[in-house]
Amino acid sequence: MAHADDKHGHVADEDRRDILFLATGATAAVGVASAVWPLIDQMNASASVLALSSMEVDISALEPGQEMKVSFLKAPVFIRRMTEEDLATAAAEDVGGLPDADARNPNHPGAQATVEERLVDKDSDIIVLSGVCTHLGCVPLGDGAGDFNGWFCPCHGSHYDNLGRIRQGPAPENLPIPVASLDGDILKLG
Amino acid sequence: MGTIPQEHYEPKEGTTAKWINDRLPIMGMMDHLNKFPTPKNLNWAYVFGGILVLFLVIQIVTGIALAMHYRVGEYSSFASVEQIMRDVNYGWLLRYAHANGASFFFIAVYCHIFRGLYYGSYKAPREILWIIGVLIYVVMMATAFMGYVLPWGQMSFWGAKVITSLFGAIPLVGESLKVWLWGGPFVGEATLNRMFSLHYLLPFVIAGLTVLHIWALHHVGNTNPTGVEVRKQSIETVKKDTVPFAPFYITKDLFAILIFLIAFAFFVYFAPNYLGHPDNYIEANPLATPAHIVPEWYFLPFYAILRAITFDIFWIIPAKLGGVLAMFGAIAILAFAPWLDTSNVRSTTYRPIYRWWFLVLVIDFFVLMWAGGMPAEGIVPLVSLLGTIYWFAHFLIVLPVVGLIEKPLPRPETIEQAFNEKYADKDDADRGPSGTAAAQPAE
Repeated sequence: MAHADDKHGHVADEDRRDILFLATGATAAVGVASAVWPLIDQMNASASVLALSSMEVDISALEPGQEMKVSFLKAPVFIRRMTEEDLATAAAEDVGGLPDADARNPNHPGAQATVEERLVDKDSDIIVLSGVCTHLGCVPLGDGAGDFNGWFCPCHGSHYDNLGRIRQGPAPENLPIPVASLDGDILKLG
Repeated sequence: MGTIPQEHYEPKEGTTAKWINDRLPIMGMMDHLNKFPTPKNLNWAYVFGGILVLFLVIQIVTGIALAMHYRVGEYSSFASVEQIMRDVNYGWLLRYAHANGASFFFIAVYCHIFRGLYYGSYKAPREILWIIGVLIYVVMMATAFMGYVLPWGQMSFWGAKVITSLFGAIPLVGESLKVWLWGGPFVGEATLNRMFSLHYLLPFVIAGLTVLHIWALHHVGNTNPTGVEVRKQSIETVKKDTVPFAPFYITKDLFAILIFLIAFAFFVYFAPNYLGHPDNYIEANPLATPAHIVPEWYFLPFYAILRAITFDIFWIIPAKLGGVLAMFGAIAILAFAPWLDTSNVRSTTYRPIYRWWFLVLVIDFFVLMWAGGMPAEGIVPLVSLLGTIYWFAHFLIVLPVVGLIEKPLPRPETIEQAFNEKYADKDDADRGPSGTAAAQPAE
């Protein structure tokens, strides 16, 4: 760095050199950063991948008690039309006593895991679940599997009830509900 | 290491640097590279080595990124390249940088090669350094060619077909060799797949050869515009002729890189397809050849040589084989320059006759480049033939003969002397007659 003594020309020279040095370095840093960013960003989801992030499913053929599995973003989504009995059983549970009391429903953020908040639409009888076990990512078995007549993950023995709420086993959370909305018989995912 | 005496690296006792260096002498190597005594009179012709290293890195880095999105295959290659252009974040930038990067890589390598030819960089004791360079150039050409095939457009396909067919000209084994290269009786999926595999491999071969190239360079030392060797008697004499690589030549190389990158950026952002061919945006069609197929500009001089041979040579070599031999020979002959040149003067600056022939060689290179890009009709075949004849005559006749008949100009005794003679006057002029300007306050 420059000396405090500025009686001689060479000190001003040194000051100028410091500024040039810093300016060059700063410009180079901006240049390198703007060259590196495209190399990082190219690994983010491309437009063609993002274009996959929404789909529509026709659920008119689904009878009460039936469920279907669709592939959404390369992962299974469970869609089930609940029976009156299912809804009654589920409603009877005390939400406060569940391992995970959160609805895990991005359509109703922060809600309690009650029947209304787990259904895709309060007035419907349709439940939509991400079919990926919250333990380590296996796909649970459905059609009333497990001790709670909902889903059962064969990998490490997690039992989910008919609303996809975790009841027993190592999974920490309820099966999450994807972003979804219902328009008549058309379910829109994403 | 090396024949140039250089201060030995001595890390301080108890430092991490010493601990590491005692186990792996990498600190010593870095120190050697930083302080490498580089002739202090290098001119701007000597900046291309650094530029080439940078472009090798740019090509490898953008290439690896592109390979994350490219899907090799007869039915997927073309579509995936379009997907890179439209859907992948900054995919257009990566692809344009990679495609134009190849062109700028070749601009730099041609400058580098002609620099070497002008300043006699191939002469003893730098023959191996030079031959490694020729090998790098050959592998670069192979890599660039295979890379051009990957988008699987019309030019890709027909380029692949024409260039691989060259091997079919070889007597006896040619036909089987061609089928082996293609992976079948036609250019197709198998050909494309192996080109992708090799296109990914060869840059690392270039990187390895580059390490050998720089190793050889650091063993024998740089040439310089005078062609006079650094005085290697002692560290003191070396210091009189050289400056340390860092910071002097790092700064100079970085400045040259900056200028070069500005030109590169202009093409990438404003004329990304200027150096390419529109036909390559049409998907490969084995049933129709484009009307005028030409390789990329950097192959044109050698493509012209290939097309120049339209007659049987000495009645025994058929024209097809003759063209192939001439093309490969035109590149291979570079490697023999150290033994074809009979002059013991390195730098062409002091060779009054040869410098004109050198100029003719450079013009010949551009004439061949022009001829290679034109349809082979009218005057073009004749120009190609004359250009080809001169290319070979330069190496086989001019280099040996001029060295014997020429009386070289007086050369400076030392680099130091040449440097002082060149800069002493200039310094005096800057200082003014009294030499007092330096004492005046700077603005």
